[in-house]
Amino acid sequence: MADQKTLGERLAEHGVSRRAFVKYASWLGSLMALPPATSRAMAAELAKAKRQSVIWLSFQECTGCTESITRSKGPTLEDLIFDFISLDYHHTLQAASGEAIEAARHAAMAENKGKYVVVVDGSVPMKDGGIYSTTAGHSNYDTLMETVKDAFAVISVGTCAAFGGIPKANPNPTGAVSIGDLVKDKPVINIPGCPPIPEAMTGTVAYLLSFGKVPELDHLGRPKAFFGENIHDRCYRRPFYERGQFAHAFDDQGARDGWCLYELGCKGPITYNACATMKWNGGVSFPIQSGHGCLGCSEPDFWDKGGFYVPLSGSIGPTAKLVGGAALAGAVAGVAAAAVARHRKASLNKG
Amino acid sequence: MDLLDFARGPAINVAMVVLVFGVLWRLLAILFLGKAPDRTIPRLGTPGPVGAALREIMRRMVPHPTFAFAERFSFFNGWVFHVGLAIVVFGFRPHMLFIKNLTGLSWPTLPSGVVYVVGAITLVSLAAALVRRLTNPVQRFISGFGDYFAWFVTLLPVLTGLIAVGHVGARYETLLAIHILSVALLFVWLPFGKLFHAFLVFVSRGTTGAFLARRGV
Repeated sequence: MADQKTLGERLAEHGVSRRAFVKYASWLGSLMALPPATSRAMAAELAKAKRQSVIWLSFQECTGCTESITRSKGPTLEDLIFDFISLDYHHTLQAASGEAIEAARHAAMAENKGKYVVVVDGSVPMKDGGIYSTTAGHSNYDTLMETVKDAFAVISVGTCAAFGGIPKANPNPTGAVSIGDLVKDKPVINIPGCPPIPEAMTGTVAYLLSFGKVPELDHLGRPKAFFGENIHDRCYRRPFYERGQFAHAFDDQGARDGWCLYELGCKGPITYNACATMKWNGGVSFPIQSGHGCLGCSEPDFWDKGGFYVPLSGSIGPTAKLVGGAALAGAVAGVAAAAVARHRKASLNKG
Repeated sequence: MDLLDFARGPAINVAMVVLVFGVLWRLLAILFLGKAPDRTIPRLGTPGPVGAALREIMRRMVPHPTFAFAERFSFFNGWVFHVGLAIVVFGFRPHMLFIKNLTGLSWPTLPSGVVYVVGAITLVSLAAALVRRLTNPVQRFISGFGDYFAWFVTLLPVLTGLIAVGHVGARYETLLAIHILSVALLFVWLPFGKLFHAFLVFVSRGTTGAFLARRGV
C-alpha cells in the first residue's frame, strides 16, 4: 500500500543525494525532450511526490513486457523509482495469491480512489464472453472495467495492450481488442513495443508523478517523447541507405559490414520508437544493431503487414498470382480481339 | 487496415492486374491483327525489314535536321524527363525491390542521393513540358484531356516520391502510401491513354520503317 513518505525522503533514506536525484530528473527530462526549467520542476515535484499506487493487470500477454520493465543491470535510480511506486497488484511479481491479492487490489482502489494508475499488459479477449482469459473467475473485460473505474490514468504497456498485438493477429481467434478500444472515459497512454523500452515506461510514470497530467501523445496515444520519431531517421545504418548500400542476405558481406537492412524487410522507416537512440540493456544494442531488421513492433497490427522479410516497397497479398492471372486473361483477350478484327475484315472483303 | 496497408495491398494489386491485363490485351490485339500481303516488289538495295525497322527507330531518336532548331526544346526536354524517369524507376533500390519481390529479377542500383537529384531534375523537366504545352499555340491547340491527364499521372509519382523521401508535410508512412497510390493511378491509366506509347513506340516506328524502306522511302 502507498505510504505517506515522499519520494525525496525515501531516496534520502537510501543514501541517494539530492544532486544525484536532480541529475536523474534531468536525464528523464532530456529523454522526454523537456526544457531545462521543466526538468528542474520535475525534480522538485518528484521529490515531493508520494508513492504512486499502481495496479498492474496482465491479460492476453507473454510477460515479456514485465520482463523488460523489471529487468535491470543493477540497483539503478530507475529501480529506486520503481521502488517508490507502490505496486499493489501484479500477477508475476506479487507474493500473495488467490483471494488475498484480489482483496489487496480492491483495498488499493478504495484507498487511492481517483489517484491510482492502472498499468495493463496484454489484450482483452471479447469473443465468446471473454472466456479465453480469466483471472479469479472473472473475464479480463470485467476485471479491467472494474479496476479502471476510479483510476487516474491507464497505461497500456506493450503492443498487445496498446493495439491488440499478437493475440489480435489474423484471424484473431479470441476476438482480442486493445485497452483503448474499451476504456473511453480515462486517459489511456500507450507504450507499445514487443516489449517496450523500460525507460519509456519509467519516464512516463515519472512524468505522471511530477506533473499530475498525461504527457503529450501522438495520434496513436503514445508519448511523443519516446515515439515521436521513426527508427529509420535515427538509425546508425541510415548513411548506407542513402549511399545505396544494402545487405542482400543475413550472412552476406553487406550484412557483415553493417549495411542497411531495408532489402531484408526492415520496417524502420514506418516505425516510431526510441530503439535507435535509447537502445536496450543500458544502451548496449537494439535489434538493427544486432543484425536484424526492425519488425515494426510498436505499430498497430505489425504481425499482419505482409511479412517481416518483405521490403517496405514490396506489395503485400497474392500479387504474383493475380498478375499471372491477369497476364493470361489479357493475352486471351488480345488474341481474341485480333481474331474478331481479322474475321470482320475478311467478311468485309468477301462482302 | 491503414492507408499504407491499403496502398501496398489491394490498391497496388488491382492496379497491377489492370496494367498487365490492359497492356497484353492492347498489345496482342495489335500484333496479331495481321496485315494484307504486300504484293509489290521491294526496291532494289533497300535493307531488310529488321534492319529498316532498327534504322527507323534510331533515326527518330533525334529530330529531322530541317526541324532541329524549331524542335530543340521538345527534343532536349523530352530526353531529359524520359531518361530521368528511367533512372528513377529502375535506379532506385526500393523500386527495384518492388519488381524483385514480384518477379525475382534484380539489378545493381544507384545511390539514393543520386536518384533524388535525378528525380528533382525530372520534376522540373516535366513542369517545363507543361509550360511549353500551355504557351505554344500549336501544342495547346492539339492538346486534349488525354495529354494533360497523361502528364498529371506521370508527374504525380515523381512529385509524391520526392515528398516522401523528403518527409515533407506528413508522416512518412502517409507520404509513402500516397506515393504508392499515385503509382497505382499511373498503372491503371497507362494501358488506355497516350502513355501506352511506352509499349508501342518502337513497334510503331519499326513497322513504319520496314514499310517505307520496302518502297525506297
